[in-house]
Amino acid sequence: MPNHPPLGFSRRQVIRGLLATTAFGAVTKLSAGCTPAPDAEPDAASEVDSGAVSEVVVGFIYVGPKDDFGYNQAHAEGAAAMAANVSGIKIVEEASVPETSAVAESMRSMIEIDGATALFPTSFGYFDPYILELATEFPEVQFFHAGGLYQEGTHPDNVGSYFGYIDEAEYVAGIVAGYTSKSGKLGFVAAKPIPQVLRNINAFTLGAKSVNPDITTQVIFTGEWAEPVKEAEATNSMADQGIDVVTCHVDSPKVVMETAEKRGIFCTGYHANQAPLAPKGYLTGAEWDWVSIYTSLGEQFMEGKTLMAGDIPHILRGGLADKFCKLSDYGPAVSDEAKAAADAAKEQLIAGDLIIYTGGLKSNTGDVVVPEGEGYKQDNIELEKMDYLIEGVLGNIEG
Amino acid sequence: MATEALGWWGVPLGILAGTLRGSAPFLFVSLGECLTEKSGKINLGLEGTLLMGAMSAYGVSYLTQDAVGSFWAPWLGVLAAGFAGMTLGTIHGWLAQQPRVNDVAVGIAMIIFGSGLAFFLGKPFIQPQASQLFTFEFGAWSSNPAVQSALKVSPLFLMGVAIAPIMQWFFRSTRWGLYIRAVGDSPQAALAMGISTFKVRMLSIVAGSFFAGIGGACLSLYFPGVWTERISSGQGLMAVALVIFARWSPLQCLWASLLFGGAQAIGPAFQSVGIDAYYYLFNAAPYILTLVIMVITCSPQRTLIGAPGALGKDE
Repeated sequence: MPNHPPLGFSRRQVIRGLLATTAFGAVTKLSAGCTPAPDAEPDAASEVDSGAVSEVVVGFIYVGPKDDFGYNQAHAEGAAAMAANVSGIKIVEEASVPETSAVAESMRSMIEIDGATALFPTSFGYFDPYILELATEFPEVQFFHAGGLYQEGTHPDNVGSYFGYIDEAEYVAGIVAGYTSKSGKLGFVAAKPIPQVLRNINAFTLGAKSVNPDITTQVIFTGEWAEPVKEAEATNSMADQGIDVVTCHVDSPKVVMETAEKRGIFCTGYHANQAPLAPKGYLTGAEWDWVSIYTSLGEQFMEGKTLMAGDIPHILRGGLADKFCKLSDYGPAVSDEAKAAADAAKEQLIAGDLIIYTGGLKSNTGDVVVPEGEGYKQDNIELEKMDYLIEGVLGNIEG
Repeated sequence: MATEALGWWGVPLGILAGTLRGSAPFLFVSLGECLTEKSGKINLGLEGTLLMGAMSAYGVSYLTQDAVGSFWAPWLGVLAAGFAGMTLGTIHGWLAQQPRVNDVAVGIAMIIFGSGLAFFLGKPFIQPQASQLFTFEFGAWSSNPAVQSALKVSPLFLMGVAIAPIMQWFFRSTRWGLYIRAVGDSPQAALAMGISTFKVRMLSIVAGSFFAGIGGACLSLYFPGVWTERISSGQGLMAVALVIFARWSPLQCLWASLLFGGAQAIGPAFQSVGIDAYYYLFNAAPYILTLVIMVITCSPQRTLIGAPGALGKDE
């Protein structure tokens, strides 16, 4: 074929086609950019008039799938409850959004296309810089982040943070593990040595040590939030070392629970209820309980309350007492003695009588991390900066 | 039975067990890629094929376990994974052989297409539990539960180990193997012999993708035995690199896969016995190993021995 252009289009046709496409694109982009504006103004006006609003669109963004038996499932259950319990709340969701500029695009389209006025980008790594950038760009939209990164004064006014002291539940799970373990060796599969993870490891160990002071917890860091092969390897090598209760802090505990069950050892769950995955070995688990907190935030949105006006506090924190977290039902392997001790500790934590981090606590490198005669209560800011593993934990946070 | 601690023996045992458990996906994908590259085309899309295979195997095993029972359902899953791989392979084989189309570029497109499709179709299978493949209990002689668990070997792994020498023999001693090598080394000569390069390459790519799909089934139905979107963590791409330093020889693919499978277990095994420094380094062991081997084996003086002549050329 000597003189035919590729695909049979002449240059003129190609240029004409490109021009037409560009023109079409420009027109639709511009008109899309213009239309929401006139709608938005009357809305804003009515909000000011009545205080309450008729419909609020709330956006939820998850880092993984919504039914992963883990972190994202816990949030998605809370979101569904918010939509079900509060009339007028409409939720839009996007799952498996990586912690990259992809999340900025998701937030932008939720705001511009779906008209969301409150966003819950739930993953830790979304905060800086993506939430902060979008919050500056859209000062009328509220951003709620799950994690301890928000700082009063330095971050925009329309950003809030909420998180639970789930280490209270880990402490109780540690008590159950301490009673159940025969070898006195517990295992913890952890993703990365960040403060939230270290708090869980330490609280779990302290709970177990309250039963038997000689108990140890072996930590294995996998280095990533979702590494199914390494999590399974870690669980297997712990079982090889005679560890008989494992737990974990990774995005989806499914692999760890299933592997523990296959190896015939016990496990305690995290994030959500994993009892169906390990019917024999599942003892209990520290679960998030976003239902109550999301429902109450949804009600406040409908009343027209905002972070910017100061009606909603910027920092929401709570533990078992405030229903930020809960414990899974006890599994068949839990003894009555363990149940009684765990229930007693739970009561004390809810009443605020039990301090997990008591004075004189030492790290596993021998430093005193909680000064003698002082106890750190859950809301102590020092605990959010945790960078040590306590005595009794076998592991090292320096990679 | 009381579990006894293994102590230091846990490290070699853990690495051995990790080799038996974790090398099957590497093995199948690298054998598939070896077959494909011998015919002169590269299929980078096997990462997508691996994910698609893992998803379809898990999905089919879950959906059929009530109808055919928990023994046969995973085998249907393995077949489904193979067929899913073949479908993707057909697309790649046809696209990559069009005039002025680059097979590497198509491969990258196929990674995105395969993984995207697997994530999309796999949404409903993340939560449920599917029946798993049975395992051979070669450790029954031992009273130690750690040894028993380490020697649970998947039939898929054994099949992979058997396929490697068979493929070696196939390339060396059969007419069909000669066709594939001819097409891969010198398409002009093959054409003169009256062999259709299009058909031979198409069949090699489709068969290679079938193996890669089964590699996916190893991930979701044997170890770690779940379907999640992060299940492959780049194993498909690593297996493609592995073919290069296995010098396009199926038997060496076997050794290389065993090495990589074992390397995955190094990080967790060391941490469990208390060597807890440098765990990021140990966790990166497979990747470091790739680099080291590439550096050792490359030489500016000669081209890679065993590389099919037409590989990466537009012929």
